[in-house]
Amino acid sequence: MIAEFGLAALWLAAALAALQLIAGALALTPRGGTLGGIVRPVAMVQGVLVALSFAALVVLFAQTDLSVELVAKNSHSMKPLIYKISGTWGNHEGSMLLWVMIMGLSGCFVAAVERRLPELTMLATLAGQAFVSLGFYAFLLLSSNPFTRLPSPAIEGAGLNPLLQDPGLAFHPPPLYIGYVGLSVAFSFAIGALVTREVGPAFARAMRPWVLGAWIFLTLGITAGSYWAYYELGWGGWWFWDPVENASLMPWLAATALLHSVSVLAARNALRAWTVMLGVVAFSMSMVGTFLVRSGILTSVHAFAVDPERGSFILGLLALNIGGALVLFGLRAASVTEGERFSAASREGALVFNNVMLSAILGIVLVGTLYPLLAEALGAKVSVGPPYFNPVSAIFAVPMLMVLAVGPLLRWRRDSLARIRPLIAIPAVLLLGVLIWAGSQAVGLLPALGLALSAALGVASLLPLKGRKLRQVKLPVWGMVTAHFGIAVALLGMASDAAFTTERLVAVQPGDTVEVGPWQVQLQRIEPVAGPNWTALRGDLAVSYKGGAVAELHPAARTFWAPPNETNEAALKTRWNGQLYAVLGQETSGGRWQLRLWWKPFVPMIWYGGILIALGGLLALLGRLASDLKRLVARDKIAYRRSRQGR
Amino acid sequence: MSDQKPTSRWTLWLPLALFLGFVALVLFGLYRPADREVASTMIGKPLPEFTLRAAAPDRPGLTRADLADGQPRLLNIFASWCVPCAVEAPQLAALKAEGIDIAGVAIRDRPEDVAAFLARHGNPFSRIGADDRSIVQLGIGSSGVPETFVIDGKGTIRYQHIGEIRPEHIALLREKLKEATQ
Repeated sequence: MIAEFGLAALWLAAALAALQLIAGALALTPRGGTLGGIVRPVAMVQGVLVALSFAALVVLFAQTDLSVELVAKNSHSMKPLIYKISGTWGNHEGSMLLWVMIMGLSGCFVAAVERRLPELTMLATLAGQAFVSLGFYAFLLLSSNPFTRLPSPAIEGAGLNPLLQDPGLAFHPPPLYIGYVGLSVAFSFAIGALVTREVGPAFARAMRPWVLGAWIFLTLGITAGSYWAYYELGWGGWWFWDPVENASLMPWLAATALLHSVSVLAARNALRAWTVMLGVVAFSMSMVGTFLVRSGILTSVHAFAVDPERGSFILGLLALNIGGALVLFGLRAASVTEGERFSAASREGALVFNNVMLSAILGIVLVGTLYPLLAEALGAKVSVGPPYFNPVSAIFAVPMLMVLAVGPLLRWRRDSLARIRPLIAIPAVLLLGVLIWAGSQAVGLLPALGLALSAALGVASLLPLKGRKLRQVKLPVWGMVTAHFGIAVALLGMASDAAFTTERLVAVQPGDTVEVGPWQVQLQRIEPVAGPNWTALRGDLAVSYKGGAVAELHPAARTFWAPPNETNEAALKTRWNGQLYAVLGQETSGGRWQLRLWWKPFVPMIWYGGILIALGGLLALLGRLASDLKRLVARDKIAYRRSRQGR
Repeated sequence: MSDQKPTSRWTLWLPLALFLGFVALVLFGLYRPADREVASTMIGKPLPEFTLRAAAPDRPGLTRADLADGQPRLLNIFASWCVPCAVEAPQLAALKAEGIDIAGVAIRDRPEDVAAFLARHGNPFSRIGADDRSIVQLGIGSSGVPETFVIDGKGTIRYQHIGEIRPEHIALLREKLKEATQ
């Protein structure tokens, strides 16, 4: 029953999306009449229905209903409950349902709360949201139905990729999806504004909370995903420029650019066409990324169903959505390009620079991700990795970070660098000092630049607070300062990891002691342990930092039996100044075991920085929502008073 | 950068043009033949110059000249610490039994470990060079262990087999060696 209910709710939601599109589009025509009135309620009901459909699938997974094909293929009765539930979105169909659910719920919220935009722009926006959703509904219902029953129930489920059996999975895709799909609202706003030619500060203010919200989730999702890859893959790295990672980075870069340009549009009514363009690009990057991963066009460690038919379907959707939006942009943007003017040395000037650099990095990541395919089209086979991405993105990231140190100190419209020179003297000296010191340590150019920039930016990011009464500083300013400081913190972790990591690969037998950096690591014994659906050989390590107190670490090599697979469970010992990372390898001849050890100074700063960046976004969002609310209340009061006077 | 100029019309269509390029590229990707092997670009090229010391006490080391003596042979990249290398040992022994000459390169290994490995899994090699820093391995376009190359009598790489040799691969290697003789 539950599966049938879920499917029925999904069909109904799809039908309502069609209604939302048609009614919204007709209401925009001169003879639309009162049709527009139903668009908001329809959008809300559609969101609720698709959420119910998703809930039905979660219940099926939680109960391990093996008569449903998707559950039988991807779950197993022996799995712990939390992984049964997270299995809902650990597969193609379920994750697509999560995708449309978030689209539907976003549309529902927009319809329920957004009152600032002109009504026609609002209708066009909701119609746009319905248009995009409809494609994904069609995809789910026609080619990826998650609720298909098996002719006869399976006896046991076929398990879940053991790499995915980790708390990281429960935390990393859903926020990423909320981020990806939350950007669909910005996309629909851009469409709505292009249709009605209403691009201005009101449009920017309406769009900003959505962009901020999606961006916060993207930031958290990428941070969590990076940490997950770091400890679960057991390779000691935290970013691999894998196509799937790039697929999440590209929307983030576009959303970061959009976040800043939307502020310019809201405050100064400048960068109009550019902001609309970024609104289209950000969600396009979400779709492109998802497509590249799902179609199996690019090989990646993330194993999703590879199916050219599905690939063609999503490509068709992409062509329709993105192509359509870009055609609209080409037709309409000329009438919205003119905006307020500003000089190069101004807040806007710095933000434009930030936007150009972010877009350049986005382009670099996109080209690098697609390059293997392009080369193959031209008859060569290559893979593109860190030797390309790191230096080439640094070419743009370094100037961007330098302007980031200065930009927030500039005034809107027109300013002079001479005015802020005394302020930026401290970070500038710090930059040079650290650069010279790092140069003397021979850590390599990029890590040295990273260390120097993180020191300079760490100080510079706090300067906008200088000379102000801290209690009067507004939340969005706190948000900006926190996020920028978070970038400095993350940068410190990245540069320190690249510059100072020590690695040992040894074959040891119980009783042996190994030194790695300041750590002494002794292998005490290797013992077998059994988990719910795996067995493992676990190493007991006694570790001590500079001869201090002894702690235990337990790296393990796990063997799963459903489906059969082996994974390495890394063990981590975190101190304030870094992390010890241990991986147990295979047994070599003579009772020795491979043990891989890393001492990574300050590496956790990468993820603390990520969290700070997201926190900054949250502060800004709360600040904006609070002032929106205040404005709304004030407007209602005025309207109320007027109606009293009129009586 | 300072003043925003009215953008000229054609630049507004630039994003669409780029996107269409992307779609074309991806269409190619979706319908290309599904061949995903990474082949060495070194095939058809001569081996680089190298001289490796002996990796095991009872076999001589390896130089480029040893592989250009007019006789085609297999060049096997292995290591004592590599589990698939032990898996392919019976297949190498079978090839050796057919009279095929096999030269070995031990990657990042110690003499006593190599000796123990060969004592345990058999020694099909006529010569074994020790490549302590993977220099020869990288020089011939190999990215992992085990890998097996077919070298013709002039020291030219004719074929590269990635991963362990399984029983079903023997016929193919025999065939490639025969081609290398001609």
